[in-house]
Amino acid sequence: MSDDAVPPLRRFARAERWAHRSIAVLTLILMVTAALLFVPDLGNVVGNRQLVGLVHEIAGFALPIPIVLALFSRAFRDDAGRLNRFTSADWTWLRSRDRRSGRIRVGKFNAGQKLNAAFTLGAILVMLATGAMMFFSSLFTDNLRTGATFVHDWLGMAMVIVVLGHIYMAFNDATARRGMRTGEVPLDWARREHGEWADESERTSA
Amino acid sequence: METLRSGKALTNSAALGCVFPWGMAIPEPDVEQADPAPAGPRRGAPVGRRIVLGMIGLGAVGVATGRWLSDGVSTVVASTAPALASVIPAAGGFRIYSVTSPHPEVAAEDYRLTVTGMVDRELSLSLADLAALPQTGMTKDFQCVTGWRVNDVPWSGVLLRDVLERAGVEEGAAALRFTSFDGVYTESLTLEQAMQPDVLVATSMFGAPIQVKHGAPVRLYVVPMYGYKSLKWLGGIEVARTVTPGYWEERGYDVDAYIGASNGRSDDPNV
Repeated sequence: MSDDAVPPLRRFARAERWAHRSIAVLTLILMVTAALLFVPDLGNVVGNRQLVGLVHEIAGFALPIPIVLALFSRAFRDDAGRLNRFTSADWTWLRSRDRRSGRIRVGKFNAGQKLNAAFTLGAILVMLATGAMMFFSSLFTDNLRTGATFVHDWLGMAMVIVVLGHIYMAFNDATARRGMRTGEVPLDWARREHGEWADESERTSA
Repeated sequence: METLRSGKALTNSAALGCVFPWGMAIPEPDVEQADPAPAGPRRGAPVGRRIVLGMIGLGAVGVATGRWLSDGVSTVVASTAPALASVIPAAGGFRIYSVTSPHPEVAAEDYRLTVTGMVDRELSLSLADLAALPQTGMTKDFQCVTGWRVNDVPWSGVLLRDVLERAGVEEGAAALRFTSFDGVYTESLTLEQAMQPDVLVATSMFGAPIQVKHGAPVRLYVVPMYGYKSLKWLGGIEVARTVTPGYWEERGYDVDAYIGASNGRSDDPNV
């Protein structure tokens, strides 16, 4: 493959991009409504607690839908499998101070992305379960309801930090954002950020 | 693009193995043997799955023990960094569940508490009038029906029965209807409940005038009942023959809201 006409690499399928977009919108709705429900000084501005709560509940129960739908996509399942697996390069990458230099050649996802994906999925499941416990509160004892509220509150705050971190990382890498927006990334970016994946893609397209 | 879809060869058998990539103990077909090219995605330990399962486990432990953990967090925060409690709402303290936008406000000199309906003398009390009535103080908990509780809140004001005595309740009256001065929130008590010495027309909390978010300048504080009975921004008391369910009671909460004996809850009573 000559360098002057390098075709971009396919990074995300359409189903994955739509799933990401849907989850992002729902997460934004959930976080804004959560802030209104949770922080008195913000809630005071909008009031209408019942309506805000209803929007939060609908968005919360809708959150798994794009994930379940995306499971029908081969590309999504394949990437989920990649995100699941940690190679020795991932551990080295996590431990190194120069992990951004490209010296350590990682696969399609780096260890930070893998940790983010695992945390996010785990958090969604726990938030969904504890949220459902609060929604169907009559089915649970007071202590379990209080426990569910406790977990929902603190994990929610942790999620805000992780999501802000995720947005910050994306903010600093326009090419990565383009990958999620258009589904394609330039080969040189892939070589620098995900060396092994670039090799793997070139091998399979050769 | 077609060339990049290298997985064509592994087709459905491989898909089976990764339908639930996060799940437990789903056998994975030996993809590597079917096609060496996509070996990449399948290498390494399933750390992601372990994290997800670990979080589910931690979440379950948190749900089971959160009742006591949250008490612990509140105690620790209150004793070490009280300022933090107002920054982190989950660290204890009051949660404000406002049904209006924004909080209603009234200038202190314009405030009036009206007592109307089945009374001998309709009243319109200013803050000065309330201050001139016998003052009662008490330090009691505030228990919300959603589960949180703020311990040992100092309250003071006028006992509701002292206000009712000034108005004179007519024969046949058996209920009270309370309204916030913006007209949005309503509450109810039976006359018998209202005459107990633990129902306060509160003008002070924590030794200071009530804050706007807590219902300034005057709110109810009904000691033995869940927080939604303790109407904020109290503007009107109407004496009537029968109970009219209030705001949250129209939305499914119990009218007789005794702590630990209503709304399907078993909290410790506030005595």
